[in-house]
Amino acid sequence: MRRLGAIIVSAMLPVAASVAFADELVKFAVVDDNEIRESLTGKPGNPEEGRKAAANRGLGNCLACHVMPIKEDLQGDVGPDLKGVASRLKESELRLRLVNPKLLNPQTAMPAFYRTDGLNRVRKDMEGKPILTAAQIEDIVAYLLTLKE
Amino acid sequence: MRRPSHIAFALTLAVAGGAAFAQAQSEKDAKYRVGDKYTGYTYADPTTQSMQDDDYVNPGFLWVQEGEKLWSAAEGAAGKSCADCHGKAQESMKAVGALYPKWQEKIGKLENVEQRINQCRADNMKAEPWKWESPALLAMTAYVQLQSRGQPVDVAVEGPVKPHLQNGERLFYMRHGQLDLSCANCHEDNDGKWMRGDHLGQAMANGFPTYRLKEQTLISLQFRLIGCVRDTRAEAYPYGSDEYLDLELYLAHRGKGLPVEAPSVRR
Ligand code: HEC
Ligand code: HEC
Repeated sequence: MRRLGAIIVSAMLPVAASVAFADELVKFAVVDDNEIRESLTGKPGNPEEGRKAAANRGLGNCLACHVMPIKEDLQGDVGPDLKGVASRLKESELRLRLVNPKLLNPQTAMPAFYRTDGLNRVRKDMEGKPILTAAQIEDIVAYLLTLKE
Repeated sequence: MRRPSHIAFALTLAVAGGAAFAQAQSEKDAKYRVGDKYTGYTYADPTTQSMQDDDYVNPGFLWVQEGEKLWSAAEGAAGKSCADCHGKAQESMKAVGALYPKWQEKIGKLENVEQRINQCRADNMKAEPWKWESPALLAMTAYVQLQSRGQPVDVAVEGPVKPHLQNGERLFYMRHGQLDLSCANCHEDNDGKWMRGDHLGQAMANGFPTYRLKEQTLISLQFRLIGCVRDTRAEAYPYGSDEYLDLELYLAHRGKGLPVEAPSVRR
């Protein structure tokens, strides 16, 4: 089953907000409710940048909930340890889990990092913006792919 | 040393000789455990716990002392102090803290302790209300709450209060913000887990106002709720909003039976 996950935000925005078009989500296709096969940017991400974005509290802040092999004393254990995650999941599966893990588990605490709809009372300055850009998603996917056991 | 990166280490300790330690710990904690409910005290580190245990060391008592002074200070156009109407706080305020937020029939509204204090200032003292999070309001709240220390939290939830309880519960389970998290995601589903360096507990409200080592000041429950909502990258609700009042009520009800432990000390 294929379906289009992203909505075209531009159509819903008033003309005056057109400067915010950079926030428009790129379209992506979800396969079998489990994979997003194509890179959101059309090219592979940069694992080094991905490592930084994953640790950065203002970006991925993945360490809030996950242990990762990153030298940082404060990590979390809300989600599973990601040490060997690339041995368990392939690239397309990792991408879906970053873009919108709620497609797999609607109850999960993990945020959808590339979604702008269905949210409630989002802080004004973040409204209409996904947590991460398409490029940051790809960078983090590339970094996660280095986490093999 | 109770962080995930130290879990392996902690496990080794527990296996080796942790049993005695665990026993001593559980006796100390027992006071703040009622059934399956427990407060932030039980997972605070031992230094923070002993700070709370000793009134001479607990920084919250600086506010309590200030509150005690303000109790008998006449203010406002009526020239009255709290003591003029309520006498000794140790007697008149004894169970007050355990019963709030409480329905006020006269104004048809739910009020928390801070709002009740300001209601008295307006109606009976003809004085200006104290601002949210002002040193005076924190001081008086701490002083009033202290009088109920040890009393089991027992808020009324029937009659006109019921819809407020239901709304509080709804808000507790409602996801907020860009991070799309509900209170329950952190404080129920992941109770006992770690988020960065923070232990996610059950979000019990019985310790407020709380001295926060991080902020180096006493904070109100409303301040904490604003922080938690903001952490989800949501627009916070304003101080004293119906949303926070209903949440306060729901939190108190969730923690029914836990003893008031104000002023608590948290990291
Ligand atoms: C607020 C908590 C939270 C944050 C922040 C978070 N995650 Fe998660 N994550 C979880 C939880 C909980 C799960 C378990 C899956 C579930 O709940 O369905 C999970 C699962 C995963 C999985 C699947 C692991 C497996 O073994 O199946 C991956 C991959 C993952 N997260 C990556 C990330 C990355 C990368 C980031 C940051 C960009 C991140 N997470 C941020 C909570 C979080
Ligand atoms: C992103 C995770 C997260 C969410 C969502 C969250 N909280 Fe919290 N909350 C925390 C953390 C972490 C602490 C402990 C802070 C500390 O000790 O530094 C805390 C502490 C509290 C406390 C104080 C407990 C004590 O013992 O002092 C209360 C009360 C509370 N939260 C209520 C709420 C309510 C109500 C909501 C929803 C409106 C909420 N929280 C949403 C993470 C969260």
